Amino acid sequence: MGASSPLRWVPVVTLLLLLGPVVAGLLGTVLPAFGYLPALGRATFSLEPWQALFAAPGVAESIRLSFVTGLAVTVVSFTVVILFVAGWHGTRSFARVQKLLSPLLSVPHVTVAFGLAFLLAPSGWIFRLTSPWLTGYDRPPDLIIVQDPDGLALIAGLVVKEIPFLFLMTLAAIGQVDAARVRTLARTLGYGATAAWLKAVFPLVYRQIRLPVLAVLAFAASVVDVSVVLAPSTPPPLAVQLVRWFNDPDLAQRFVASAGALVQLGLVVAAIAIWWLGERVVACLGRTWIRAGSRGLWDLPLRVAAAAALTMSFLAAFLGLASMALWSIAGRWRFPDPVPSQLSLNAWTDNADRLATATMNTATIGIAAALVGLALTVGCLENEARFGKRATNKALLLLYVPLLVPQIAFLFGTQILLVMSDLDGAWIAVAWAHLVFVLPYVFLSLADPYRAWDERYARAALCLGASPLRVFYRVKLPMLLRPILIATAVGFTVSMGQYLPTLFAGAGRLNTLTTEAVSLASGADRRAIGAYALLQMTLPFVAFGLAAAAPAWLFRNRRGLRVTA
Amino acid sequence: MRILIAALASILALAPLASTQAVAQGWDDVVAKAKGQTVFWNAWGGDARINSYIAWAGDQVQAHYGVTVQHVKLSDTSEAVARVVAEKAAGRTDGGSVDLIWINGENFAAMKRNNLLFGPWTADAPNYRFVDTEKKKTTTVDFTVPVDHLEAPWGMAQFVFMHDTAHVKTPPTSILGLLEWAKNNPGRFTYPQPPNFLGTTFLKQALIELVVNPAVLQAPAADIQENTAPLWAYLDALHPLMWRRGEVFPQNGPALQRLLDDGEVAIALSFQPAEASGLIAQGKLPDTVRTFVLNNGAIGNTNFVAIPFNAKAREGAMILANFLMSPEAQAHKQNPEVWGSFTVLDVERLPEDAKATFQNLKLGVATLSLGELGIIQLEPHPSWVASLEAEWAKRYASGK
Repeated sequence: MGASSPLRWVPVVTLLLLLGPVVAGLLGTVLPAFGYLPALGRATFSLEPWQALFAAPGVAESIRLSFVTGLAVTVVSFTVVILFVAGWHGTRSFARVQKLLSPLLSVPHVTVAFGLAFLLAPSGWIFRLTSPWLTGYDRPPDLIIVQDPDGLALIAGLVVKEIPFLFLMTLAAIGQVDAARVRTLARTLGYGATAAWLKAVFPLVYRQIRLPVLAVLAFAASVVDVSVVLAPSTPPPLAVQLVRWFNDPDLAQRFVASAGALVQLGLVVAAIAIWWLGERVVACLGRTWIRAGSRGLWDLPLRVAAAAALTMSFLAAFLGLASMALWSIAGRWRFPDPVPSQLSLNAWTDNADRLATATMNTATIGIAAALVGLALTVGCLENEARFGKRATNKALLLLYVPLLVPQIAFLFGTQILLVMSDLDGAWIAVAWAHLVFVLPYVFLSLADPYRAWDERYARAALCLGASPLRVFYRVKLPMLLRPILIATAVGFTVSMGQYLPTLFAGAGRLNTLTTEAVSLASGADRRAIGAYALLQMTLPFVAFGLAAAAPAWLFRNRRGLRVTA
Repeated sequence: MRILIAALASILALAPLASTQAVAQGWDDVVAKAKGQTVFWNAWGGDARINSYIAWAGDQVQAHYGVTVQHVKLSDTSEAVARVVAEKAAGRTDGGSVDLIWINGENFAAMKRNNLLFGPWTADAPNYRFVDTEKKKTTTVDFTVPVDHLEAPWGMAQFVFMHDTAHVKTPPTSILGLLEWAKNNPGRFTYPQPPNFLGTTFLKQALIELVVNPAVLQAPAADIQENTAPLWAYLDALHPLMWRRGEVFPQNGPALQRLLDDGEVAIALSFQPAEASGLIAQGKLPDTVRTFVLNNGAIGNTNFVAIPFNAKAREGAMILANFLMSPEAQAHKQNPEVWGSFTVLDVERLPEDAKATFQNLKLGVATLSLGELGIIQLEPHPSWVASLEAEWAKRYASGK
């Protein structure tokens, strides 16, 4: 071991695997955006794609919709999470909410979106449960709820899913800043619960959750799968329109799509810039507010409002998921029956083959991406531990690149590269595309516990004559097995939720549960969607279940490695 | 001028003949080569019943010919066309990723025009001899474009309306009658958002009835603004009376049927005359739903499958297409409990036992007899579609 250790190469390989597709893909998007794509017979630069883009009907509205959605989702989910954590941190309800987090977090975005559509639509479960006895409707009312032109349903669907994510990120940040003591101190100075947290803890916490917040912003402004389910279609958000153009048989549209993809990138950059400006304004106002020293007047109403908002969003998500599970076994279920009048397993038996294939693909790709992601992550962290090179904030930013750059902006280009190398539609191409998005999450969830491991165990083992490799296998891995398995499960669920990467790298030939469900999205069959959705809920449950059960079984004879809590 | 166009058309139609290598091999060779191939069949995947039929067909050719079929589910057929176009541009002249496409209309016209299809070959397929090319004209002329044996017919489609008799006592009999009905029943009608083919067909159906001289639609699009003006005036009047005031549209046929099932709309559209019966049998529509056509008849066409010029599993695709034209596959398809898509075959010419299978098929409660289905109107020339869809998007899908 030493300077020549292969371990030293792991961070380089990781960055190449992670950023290579992003950079190459961006390049493959920029060139056609200016009319250059020799493969399609155009080898000169021109501004034609841009003229065509801005002449396309509805494109301004598409851009506005994406922009507003991104900012609105971020503001709402961030506010709810911060107010709730501020008001309730350290209480018993807080601990209870924490337990509800993981099931919601691990279900793919699009599944939650389906659930919400099933729940809220005029023919959805809420109206079925309350009609006609309360509402008087014996037919669904003609109301625009889902796919409304303002995109409110889209915003709601994304907020419901981003709240648990930001919540988890905030929890992790709290652990690093000794929030409890800071807050107690503020409380003893007479501040209300919410005010104490906001004034003393929030400024410390925000720095830690800033990148996740920006990831939410970028994601919400460019999401495709959730939009297909909840967003308006006259016109759709920009990213959805781009996918359509890209699939147009008229190849000239591909140049327009590429130009549009750059607009999508600019749109996200602009949204981030606005958020950054907002940060400055809030910081400025916040300082004045903190200095003014008021002890917090609205403590109770704020706490109640935050709790109500959070409860509503969790309830909506869970009821939505439940209604899909019910639909998957429904036979006849007419409006306004509150439950199906007949049950049937047809959705399962009719689709058995496809459900099985999609589950198989989802599982193999997910496992592969998660394991490779894990190996690279452990390699990077071990390199860091042995050679004492701590990842800087800048390096962390690199990790976030795939989460901040809109997928559509580089997947176009990536697909061209895959076609040229004859890899499109190959299993390995899809797995790699997933890895780009899986790796950051695996790294983020494993980094803290890995770095927190007490190096003195290693030193003790080395002193007893073990090689560094042996120390790693016999001491470190067993002790870190629990967080390692959880990080793997996280990676698996991230892979499960990938829609666009699967679509582009898979060339439509490799279907996962998510692509299958989205292809049914605009269609009819709520029962089939329900079946796919139920599997999408089950797989993460199995993954996390295994992650929890395996250490318990492996360490049944190791009392010191058992979790006592 | 007319003659000139016809002459040009025939020259263009012959072009693929010259460009592709002749199919000199016998069918036995095809069967032998196909064994072990995997056919990537690109077909619209938005309807669970059709997906099940495709899976069934795949199982059959696997069992009989050792050909594996993978259904590549498209949300729009143009995706597959785009893929072939891109592959040609990238110089991939064999080993292409698309082996068979469910296709017709403007997508077929585009592929034929750009020499993207393999063939002609369908005349060599043993089951083609049963296809009814006499009475079912649309099996040889696809949206006014000659098929020239470049695509194999596998289903008849006719545009019909479905209505829930619990809410609609007397269905409208014309496109203008539909507007009147909508005035009395606001919010209870809608159509899938073009460019979905069912939505576009609704536009074409309305255009055929509203245009001053329907004959212009059989030729390439001309004087578009003038000829389509009555359609836009009609839609301007209809949209405010539609479901969600025409601000939201279902994305395809199955989504529209779900609205009918939920009672959100009372009139829906279909391209399969027997679809309503099939959906009732499956519990996906109430048994009060029936089918009707407008007095002037309805647009009818044929669904085809075609093989791209660079298909990797060309022989396997031919085997599959041939199977799809077999009496067995056609009868299974016409069964309303399976799919309910009418056969392209001339049932009278079939062997006795196959004929009996067809005659024993039930029509289903909500299916009109061939007589009741009335006159079949021809599809307009495919060039109309692009301008209709573009103008529609500009008017109704570009925000407020």
